[in-house]
Amino acid sequence: MNKQELAAMVAQILSTMDEPPMVKATEYHAAAPQPEAKPTGYGDGDFVPDVTQLDLRKLYLTENPENKEKFRKMKERTPARLGSGRAGPRYKTLTMLRFRADHAAAQDAVFSQVAEDYAEKNGMVEVRTCCHDKDEYLTRPDHGRCFDEENQKKIRAALPSAPRVQIVVGDGLSSAAITANAMDCMAAIREGLKIRGIDPGTPIFVRYCRVGAGDAIGDITGCELVCMLVGERPGLVTDKSMSAYITYKPHTGVSESARTVVSNIHAQGTPAVEAGAHIAGLIETILKKQVSGVGLHLEGAV
Amino acid sequence: MSEELRSVGLDVGTTSTQMIVSRLTVENQASAFSIPRMEITRRQVCYRSPVYFTPLLDESHVDGEKIREIVQAEYKKAGISRDTVDTGAIIITGETSRKENARAVLDALSDFAGDFVVATAGPDLESILAAKGAGAEEFSRETGKSVVHLDIGGGTSNLSLIEDGRIIRTGCLNVGGRLVKFDKSGALTYRSPVLEGICPWKIGEIPTLEAMESLARTLTQALEMAVGLREPDRLLEALATREAGTVFCLPPGERVISFSGGVADCIEQVLPPLQFGDLGPLLGRAIRESGLCQEEYRLGTETIRATVIGAGSHSTQLSGSTVFCRNVRLPLKNLPVVPVDTPGEIRRELAKQDSQSVIAMAGKQAPSYREVVSLAEEILSQAQPPVLICLEQDMAKALGQALAARLPPEAEILCLDRVAVSPGSYLDIGQPVGNAFPVVIKTLVLADGETNTD
Repeated sequence: MNKQELAAMVAQILSTMDEPPMVKATEYHAAAPQPEAKPTGYGDGDFVPDVTQLDLRKLYLTENPENKEKFRKMKERTPARLGSGRAGPRYKTLTMLRFRADHAAAQDAVFSQVAEDYAEKNGMVEVRTCCHDKDEYLTRPDHGRCFDEENQKKIRAALPSAPRVQIVVGDGLSSAAITANAMDCMAAIREGLKIRGIDPGTPIFVRYCRVGAGDAIGDITGCELVCMLVGERPGLVTDKSMSAYITYKPHTGVSESARTVVSNIHAQGTPAVEAGAHIAGLIETILKKQVSGVGLHLEGAV
Repeated sequence: MSEELRSVGLDVGTTSTQMIVSRLTVENQASAFSIPRMEITRRQVCYRSPVYFTPLLDESHVDGEKIREIVQAEYKKAGISRDTVDTGAIIITGETSRKENARAVLDALSDFAGDFVVATAGPDLESILAAKGAGAEEFSRETGKSVVHLDIGGGTSNLSLIEDGRIIRTGCLNVGGRLVKFDKSGALTYRSPVLEGICPWKIGEIPTLEAMESLARTLTQALEMAVGLREPDRLLEALATREAGTVFCLPPGERVISFSGGVADCIEQVLPPLQFGDLGPLLGRAIRESGLCQEEYRLGTETIRATVIGAGSHSTQLSGSTVFCRNVRLPLKNLPVVPVDTPGEIRRELAKQDSQSVIAMAGKQAPSYREVVSLAEEILSQAQPPVLICLEQDMAKALGQALAARLPPEAEILCLDRVAVSPGSYLDIGQPVGNAFPVVIKTLVLADGETNTD
């Protein structure tokens, strides 16, 4: 936009400000006094019930519905915020509070950290990408895909050279997802690989991890396959959704289409253990077909 | 990705024997980024046989050889063979199921019809298949209305109550179009023993039209009582079937009445009374003039073929898609279901069975790995391989793996999920389609309204 256009726009905005207001002062009437609010049943110091504990699929707030039971039955099929009623043209307080609570949980999942001792407790070595903190992780995706000298050394020391399968756990965009699901899922993957005669290798935990960090680990270890369990960007339905990205012959610059993805791993989606058992089978297929991602679909293997 | 199953349905009823062939389309309904979820997305009937009279050797024996010939001829006409049939069900219904050799004929036929064509019988299943085949279940699901479906055949009427697209109660009455038969002159040639005390005519007697209309009205009144439109009395009791545990009798309520079966074709058509040499046309008219047709009613999308289409198109369902099967030879047929609340009951419950059985458990939604492992260990402390387990919750693959890790590699393990079965039912399991297994649950619907058909 050049200066002239800008000046014209400002002039246009200013001109509308001279127009008469929609409601003239002389026509303004104070609203009739409202009756006093009913007592809420809560006293000072009481807590209101935790709105996040309500099951949204069962919560139906519309007043005077034509058929409440039928609507409730429909609602059971979707996590969408339907049938929330209204107060005048706005949401009800409960709807508003719940929305803000879910939004806050989603933000928390992104900004909070996987516990300091998480990797150690679960028998994994922890490494960190080139990011130094969450802010850098969020603003510089490229830094979340590589490792500095020191961390490269740590990876070399922790992992055997050229394993068949390398499992990587990465915090990604949801620490809550990893804390809730990663270990159950990994245990099922490892057991599934063992009964198929595949060495599940040594898992590693990566902080400030993007999916591409698995490619860098491929470069460093020369593994045949990387399976990364990583926190998904949280939404309003759940903040605990995890994905698995499986890449055959991972290396820096590998095409995104070469990744096989299993998404929506969480308690209301695919249960972590069941996903893990499925992933073990997928890994076996990928190793056999020597291809992952779109190529695997073209082979008709999934 | 879509696959097709070719499914056969055969209904050997009181009056008629029919066969259909249908195509079940199985598709992965999950996105490419999720775990596959195989579902039957389409059921299309692609061949219908003519309606044959059910061949009988005598009053107490079905002519199995004749039925076999019918099936053979119909397979040829439909262009199918035993090897190209994936699934299906054969059902012996109505009075025919009471013949002495019914079970033997049924089993021989099911083996002859295909590897995974299952043999079924029983008034509960018959009611379920008729309601599904007539589209009554779908009508209820689409409209949200409560429906009572009546499949009125030659010897029996199968009833089901459907609410929100779920069949929640079934029952059976000895009401049908061919409980009495006449020759061309109108003389009685057959009177079913169930009419003892209700109809006094003797063989060879020519009843008046009024008397025949009166019998049709009496039978219709029993139907009205069963669906809650008339105060029940001894008549309903007298016409209840031996097989059903309790008399189907609904309290009054707002319901759409839905009809199928041969008699349904006589409800809206005015036919000569002796068109078929039985009570069918008069019974149809009596129903039309009764309370059953006063409020909203509908004829099924299928009438005389409802049960056979139910058997062919609706008897097979799919398990969950993340399941576990190792060293188990399929198909498995007629497995008794042993429901347990906790794994600690397994040994005791299995001991009551004298053949291989399936352990049925609810399972847990989103269990931890530790819970899966301890469940596997508890199961193995109670049962020896082959281990056959069927769960409601999505956890079969993880559990199967955990079992496999604790057993020698040649152990037979089968773990299915998303299959809900009720006590006393039997399970048939076929070859996998994609990752899922076709199963046929031969269920009993309990009198208290609990059901597990879907």
